[in-house]
Amino acid sequence: MQLTDFTITQAHQGLEKKEFSALELCKAYLDKIREKDREIFAFLTINTEKALSQAKKIDNLISTGKKLPILAGIPTAIKDNILVEGIKCTAGSKILENYIAPYDATVIKKLKEESCLILGKTNLDEFAMGSSTENSAFGPTHNPHDLTRVPGGSSGGSAAAVAANECVYALGSDTGGSIRLPASFCGVVGLKPTYGAVSRYGLIAFASSLDQIGPITKTVKDCKIVFEAIKGRDEMDSTSVELNQKPKTKNEKLNLKEIKIGIPKEYFIKGIDGEVKKVIEATIKKYQEMGAKIEEVSLPHTEYALPAYYIISPSEASANLSRYDGIKYGYSAKEAKDLMEIYLKSKGEGFGQEVRRRIMLGTYSLSAGYYEAYYLRAQKTRTLVKNDFEKVFEKVDCLLTPTSPFVAFKIGEKIEDPLSMYLVDVYTVSINLAGLPALSLPCGKAGHLPVGLQIIGKPFEESKILEIGEIFEKTCPR
Amino acid sequence: MISEEEVKHIAKLARLGLTQAELKKMQNELSSILDYMEKLKELDISKIEPTSHSVKIENVMREDQSKEKKLEIRKKLIEMAPEKKEGYLKTKSVL
Repeated sequence: MQLTDFTITQAHQGLEKKEFSALELCKAYLDKIREKDREIFAFLTINTEKALSQAKKIDNLISTGKKLPILAGIPTAIKDNILVEGIKCTAGSKILENYIAPYDATVIKKLKEESCLILGKTNLDEFAMGSSTENSAFGPTHNPHDLTRVPGGSSGGSAAAVAANECVYALGSDTGGSIRLPASFCGVVGLKPTYGAVSRYGLIAFASSLDQIGPITKTVKDCKIVFEAIKGRDEMDSTSVELNQKPKTKNEKLNLKEIKIGIPKEYFIKGIDGEVKKVIEATIKKYQEMGAKIEEVSLPHTEYALPAYYIISPSEASANLSRYDGIKYGYSAKEAKDLMEIYLKSKGEGFGQEVRRRIMLGTYSLSAGYYEAYYLRAQKTRTLVKNDFEKVFEKVDCLLTPTSPFVAFKIGEKIEDPLSMYLVDVYTVSINLAGLPALSLPCGKAGHLPVGLQIIGKPFEESKILEIGEIFEKTCPR
Repeated sequence: MISEEEVKHIAKLARLGLTQAELKKMQNELSSILDYMEKLKELDISKIEPTSHSVKIENVMREDQSKEKKLEIRKKLIEMAPEKKEGYLKTKSVL
């Protein structure tokens, strides 16, 4: 086994037992990035010097014999819309091409308290708007399972980096599927926490009522470790809340025989790829054989979630992105003759096509005369989507669905048709509208490409869906 | 179909400078996306309350105090502005 094959727990044990040093571990990953990233392009910034000096510090810490935090020295990669002090943070946009983060996001502060080791910043669709990572101003990321295909998006760089063993784990953000979809396409594990479980302070805002930061990892166990490290209330984000679940005692294991799993029928009708359906159905069967009760349920407003999402998220984005005005920071158009022209030119030249489209769509939905027909109608639809989930969660503990109706598609296949790209998110956006936690984990392959299983839980029941995921993961050889 | 005039108006509201060719393309793309949104009209929402936020939290308060940032952070923030003068951001005249 090579150093770059390790999970968090394995790497941590190796460091503790002094089987290798933090510096050796860090160098192995930097070498891997140098070797592989030319063809994958998961990274926008590689933090070589700082990573090496941090590794040396961790080796000193180890030599003192003090107890090592679980994430100490474990090489990680951070999506480039999360601020890491002193390192460029571009959000995949030309408008922030030279922006250096002046402070740490709360999640980074928390990881640094555990002496984390940051290898670099990963590629994304511009401002996290997209489902393929093709919307990055700096070029697309390639799927490690098939370089002609997309890694999914928008956290495509983070998912590809984990899948290609260019880091042990990564952070992503999820507004409508941006952690789960790339995790599914790249055959890794991704968690979108409950809205409010993780602080958004220092995350470059896209749609503030939907955005959440979460982990992308090789195993469910690793996912749990990273989630535990980053969660919690933060006074800098007034929408964050404390998760006060009573800690389980070691023997209090979840018993699958006491678990009721709902299968929402709306996720298995039109548009789903036959191979994907087969893999998901086999997975459901496995849960049944292990003792779980399976029940078909209905989420009748599922088909309305996507259009509602594509009104609500651009509306919030159009407000959030008004700050990029060419005055405070970021790209500023030269040779503008007055203030209005600075705004028009800086935004027009600085933003890419998809971002401009969403700003237009959002501004339209919020503008006088259209507000009620679009934005308000979408918000009311959001209530219906949320009520659907509340109703089924009176009967079942969690829901199983595919993360995506199909496997990773070809680079270039959907990029010219915005609507066909939006449809990629059909199984993931409802969860954000309702604010629920959801896990995507690999559950098999269709041809040579990974298929992701989505486990949706009740609000703040991350530990339950993680445990349900882990039970399945144990039955699959890694 | 959304008209070219409307597209121009929205672009101005958003302070987004678009060329003539970009406006035309935007008009086509927005039209097909808005057609798709028509689906929402199938639902009777007359008695439904809107949801702006999935988790019920109301009025999170804090002391109304200004917090002084360290001089080095202030400097860093000002440094990032495209144009500045004597520790302030500089813009073209507003009036």
